[in-house]
Amino acid sequence: MTTLSKLLKSTTFRLLLIFAVLFAGAATLVIVYISWNSNRVLEGRLKQTILAETLGLAEQYRSGGVTRLAKTINRRIITPSNALYLVTDNDGGWIAGNVKALTRDLWNTQGRVEFAYQRNGARGHEMRHAVARIYRLARGYRLMVGRDVEDQRQFTQIIRNAVLSGLAFMVLVGLGGGWLVSRDLLRRIDGVTQTSRVIMAGDLSGRVPINGSGDEFDRLALNLNAMLERIEQLMNGLREVSDNIAHDLKTPLSRMRNRVETALRDKSRVDCQDVLEKTIEESDDLIRTFNSLLSIARLEAGSNRSNFAHNDLQELVGDVAELYEPLADQNSMQLVMSSGPSAQINVDRQLLGQAIANLIENALKYGGAEQGEAAPEQDRGTITIEAGLHPASINGDQQEAFFIAISDQGTGIAEKDVKSAMQRFGRLEKSRSKPGTGLGLSLVSAVAKLHGGTLSLEDNQPGLVARLIIPLDKHQDTQSADRPL
Amino acid sequence: MRVLLVEDDREAALYLSKALDESGHSVKIAHDGEEGLKYARSKEHDVLIVDRMLPRLDGLSMIEILRTESIGVPVLILSALGEVDDRVKGLQAGGDDYLTKPYAFTELLARVEALHRRDSFEQGQTSYQVADLVLDRLTRQVQRQDKTILLQPREFRLLEYLMRHAGQVVTRTMLLENVWHYHFDPQTNVIDVHISRLRAKIDKNFDTALLKTIRGAGYMIRDDT
Repeated sequence: MTTLSKLLKSTTFRLLLIFAVLFAGAATLVIVYISWNSNRVLEGRLKQTILAETLGLAEQYRSGGVTRLAKTINRRIITPSNALYLVTDNDGGWIAGNVKALTRDLWNTQGRVEFAYQRNGARGHEMRHAVARIYRLARGYRLMVGRDVEDQRQFTQIIRNAVLSGLAFMVLVGLGGGWLVSRDLLRRIDGVTQTSRVIMAGDLSGRVPINGSGDEFDRLALNLNAMLERIEQLMNGLREVSDNIAHDLKTPLSRMRNRVETALRDKSRVDCQDVLEKTIEESDDLIRTFNSLLSIARLEAGSNRSNFAHNDLQELVGDVAELYEPLADQNSMQLVMSSGPSAQINVDRQLLGQAIANLIENALKYGGAEQGEAAPEQDRGTITIEAGLHPASINGDQQEAFFIAISDQGTGIAEKDVKSAMQRFGRLEKSRSKPGTGLGLSLVSAVAKLHGGTLSLEDNQPGLVARLIIPLDKHQDTQSADRPL
Repeated sequence: MRVLLVEDDREAALYLSKALDESGHSVKIAHDGEEGLKYARSKEHDVLIVDRMLPRLDGLSMIEILRTESIGVPVLILSALGEVDDRVKGLQAGGDDYLTKPYAFTELLARVEALHRRDSFEQGQTSYQVADLVLDRLTRQVQRQDKTILLQPREFRLLEYLMRHAGQVVTRTMLLENVWHYHFDPQTNVIDVHISRLRAKIDKNFDTALLKTIRGAGYMIRDDT
């Protein structure tokens, strides 16, 4: 696209052009109206003056004859003015006045006439315009009274020229200004367009240029850049996640494939029963991973609250804790519940139950001291489940919330790893060897978000505290309930 | 048991009918909702297995029609949609149980048999007995060889469910769903631990073990004698 056509298509330029044209049009109308009106007034007055003078002179003639008329006229033309007089006899012969003669046609008309005439002045002969009235006196004499309107005409002409050139100047300035202003705006918008092209081409590191003036465009650019920054981060996260998905789904798939292939190739020496059992086991794991991924995706889409119902949260936590208590016991760990006041909150019991279960399973898996070979019965630590009401800051809002804190005394998660632990398949290196989908915490996090709450992982010194915070709705009633496990 | 299988995927239907046949059940296959409805109206079947997405008439609509016609045959819904709300919709439409694809055949078999049993079993029964183990649902007492066994409330419910389905395989997910009312899939052997606790109370000090582990499927309470 050429610069000109781009300019013509730019909104700013078009607006300025429209303004210039409208303004010029309006100004023209006003000026035309004023000049037309003033012309009319001037002409009217001229006509009146000529008529009055004609009647006055005719009166002179009637009272004193042509001699008196000529005398009066001669007196009047002594001082130079724009007044024109002529008195002729029957044949058009000059008797008095400052005009030599009239053409026959003019001379024969009666009433108002307009004509051009020649005048000898300082600048030689010049053609001038005049307006006059021809009056027939008695006895064939004729009287012409007129006014030279050349000056007035010239003045009108000058005004007209001034107005026209003024208009042309205005339109030019408008266009030029429009070009300047829109060129600047266009250049900045081009910067944004350019950046978006770069990004569309796949380079997410592109940023909108900032000129440092802090104007609206800079602020827009800053916001766009912040948005791009966020998108880039998300995309990188997503890339990491899809790499992880590829790894976590492909590894067991290829393992399965290899195993079956080997069994097929060498039927005699391979225990087919064992191969098939392992294959089923592995495909079950895959299905589980796949289901978790789907659940997380659906939770993160976030609209489905159809299974929300009022639930006593303390009871819910107690239920899940009770479910896992024997398992903890079997793992030589203690599950201790410490309950505060309860709350009836609108939640999805299945999802929240699963979230709590995931957190407890994590604590069971990673929260215990390594089991020594020598003393398998030793106490491997305590998992504490604390639940109650506490004011919490959620999205910057301080509000009353129900919290469920599950703490263990294991190795914990280093602060730098907290983020990746909550990501899909974000399993920390040390835990890669342990069974699990690597989706547990991201599911918990998604469940928390669906309930408007948060999941945070903190240092328990030693160990980990996973804190699930669910805000209370506006009309939720709380009740005190101390329920021992 | 006569099973009507309404499934449009011919390979899946064939595999399932073969497996059910080997387990001693007779299977009739319908390949779409209209056909399924026609067969179901003959009332010749003990249990219906209905896929949710079917040509011509979808599974849920088919079940709803059956229910409005007061045909109360137990229905197991099969679906690739596994979310909780899909399950709720399935059960609201009149399904009795819901199983997500892909599933283990043992799971399906256990659930179909449980459905059939539930249909033929007297709901108002106040006590269950397996060999010398007696569970009284009114007094919430459990006795074996006239010795009272003290159970936690949840253990009682676990045993109650197992005894109600005595002689049938009960899977871990069935237990989690029916005793704890959770539909998620725990990644640990959490149910097994509860079973072993229960086993310690009802079997440990007696000659014969009633609560058996069925490998690759689940558990069963049965009197072998």
